[in-house]
Amino acid sequence: MRTTLAWAALRRHPMRTLLAIFGLAIAAALLIDMVMLATGMRASFRSLLTSQGYQLRVTPKGTLPFDTEASVGGASALVASLRTHPDIDRVSPSLGTTVQVSIGDRATSAFALGTTAAVQGEYLLQGGREAAVDTVLREVVVNAAFLERLGATLGDTLDVGTERSAQLRQAGRRAQVVLVGVVRFLYVPPGLPAMAAPLPALQQFLGAAGRDRISLAMASVRVDGRDAEAQLARIEAVRQWIETEHPRVTAISTETAIVQVEERLAYFRQLAFILGALSLVIGVLLVTTLVSLSVNERLGELAVLRAIGVPQAGVLQQIMLEGLMLGLAGITLGLGLGLVTARWLNTILRDFPGLPADLDFFVWSPEAAWKALGMLLIASTVAGAIPAWRAARVRVAQALREEAVA
Amino acid sequence: MTAPTGNRDGTPLLEAHDVQRRYEAGESTVHALRGVSVAIRRGEFVAIVGASGSGKSTLLHLLGAVDAPDAGRVIFEGRDISRLSDAEATRLRLLRVGLVFQRFYLMPTLSALENVMLPMAEAGLAPAARRARAEELLRYVGLGERTGHRPTQLSGGEQQRVAVARALANEPALLLADEPTGELDAATGAALIALLQRLNADGLTCVLVTHDAALAQSAQRVITMKDGRIVQDTGASPS
Ligand SMILES: Nc1ncnc2c1ncn2[C@@H]1O[C@H](COP(=O)(O)OP(=O)(O)OP(=O)(O)O)[C@@H](O)[C@H]1O
Ligand SMILES: [Mg+2]
Repeated sequence: MRTTLAWAALRRHPMRTLLAIFGLAIAAALLIDMVMLATGMRASFRSLLTSQGYQLRVTPKGTLPFDTEASVGGASALVASLRTHPDIDRVSPSLGTTVQVSIGDRATSAFALGTTAAVQGEYLLQGGREAAVDTVLREVVVNAAFLERLGATLGDTLDVGTERSAQLRQAGRRAQVVLVGVVRFLYVPPGLPAMAAPLPALQQFLGAAGRDRISLAMASVRVDGRDAEAQLARIEAVRQWIETEHPRVTAISTETAIVQVEERLAYFRQLAFILGALSLVIGVLLVTTLVSLSVNERLGELAVLRAIGVPQAGVLQQIMLEGLMLGLAGITLGLGLGLVTARWLNTILRDFPGLPADLDFFVWSPEAAWKALGMLLIASTVAGAIPAWRAARVRVAQALREEAVA
Repeated sequence: MTAPTGNRDGTPLLEAHDVQRRYEAGESTVHALRGVSVAIRRGEFVAIVGASGSGKSTLLHLLGAVDAPDAGRVIFEGRDISRLSDAEATRLRLLRVGLVFQRFYLMPTLSALENVMLPMAEAGLAPAARRARAEELLRYVGLGERTGHRPTQLSGGEQQRVAVARALANEPALLLADEPTGELDAATGAALIALLQRLNADGLTCVLVTHDAALAQSAQRVITMKDGRIVQDTGASPS
């Protein structure tokens, strides 16, 4: 009966109720998006960095992975040394550079990555096959942007060339390669044409500039049953060992990378927090306003309910139910709206030049989202409680009299 | 059944002992009731008349535990109801008192049937029983065919009959009505009076406040009020 009455009260002014629900939905959507943004970038960044199981990245001193064209020499010795550490179970060295590629009259520059198919954590094969292990550049795998830019397909033969290097007094080198696979690079922006080939083949192709050089070595530290804390300590120990053992390199752990990213994202998170809090406030104000309006114009009616024997708690419940129903409707609608806008904003932000393909800005983390929505629901119910309390406290005789006079 | 219960045995159902009610209106104090004593026996049909502002509604509210006196006592079914907590007074109104107002005051969003079922739901009656009794009550007041209609789809007289049916929902011992014919035309008012008389004939104690001469005439007992006092009572017990 109370539900019926609450529902009927909302239906009495359908337009007003709808507007309030829309308002709440927008507040809820904003809240969800902000929560998804605040928790999402961090979660997404972490999963991106750890997806292939490598917790350490070893780069030329003072650089970030593939930040520059910098590389370190003596790569085989470095990799061999890393592999001797008892806590390191896998090492994936790679070399990145920029090459010119052409087929027919189409040409583009592309990011070229030399790596070892068996252990690499840089890309996922999506079609065709891996390039055969080789010491001469003969086969490559490429990403979708590469195919698109050159209008190429699997099986095509392309020309690959290095740029003429004035410093090294080196003429451009060329090779003919067959395109054998299509891949998706994890850390390469999706719009950038990129290819991968066996590391020795690319090193050989680059001549002096590539001989025994790498730009990055990813290392995976053994994971066992130890708790997360101990695991982190172990990774940190390995990281320090690498840096002392090899002064030419910097070792970055996923944790430090995340901390660095978080520092840069702090501003975002703060903004998200403020906007989220604001949307909560808006939700509360909306519900209070609407329920207050509704209570004010029904004070006589509510007094009659009290007169014929509905207890204070009954009136309180009925009015709070109104707030709760508004909240539920607004939040349900807002959830859909929030997810749609998050997806939309995500695609916009992912197209931002220079960002890895797999970085998501808005990530649906159920716990955070439900918490936020729960808060909004509680807030809207509490918002309804204020006018509900006033309604329940109506002085029956007085209100009946005023109603009769009106 | 059909409607009401209550036996006509002459013992007082309701007594007011020297009740007073004042209202503070800014600086001045309005003495709405200046000491009213009255006893109403089971099965009586009482009309309270008097000039506007004489305190009729105030007295009715005290008799029905809608309001409490500043002084004096109201005894209903042998129990002092002048110092009840809000919850106790509410429970009493729900279960023992039927209230009818001048302006019908039905819930506009509920159908006639739902309006009548509402007090039964509050009283915790099972849904099937509520519906059955509400249908029966609406038939009793002559609206058996209109159960699904909203108040706005009913005429004033029909709305007032729904209000009467609602007042009877939990088989009260007492029906209190404040100018029940006040908004009705003569013919509709007469039909309502007939309904109330039928209820009274079936044993329900009725106390009405009215300006309506026809309604007052139909009562066995007429109490006349003036300036917060009873100045005439055609049926006062000779005690
Ligand atoms: N809440 C209040 N505040 C101030 N004065 C009040 C209040 N309620 C009633 N009064 C005063 O008490 C007196 C009695 O009021 P009451 O409503 O009982 O009269 P009534 O006989 O029912 O009048 P009417 O026939 O116009 O309904 C009036 O003078 C009225 O102005
Ligand atoms: Mg009155």
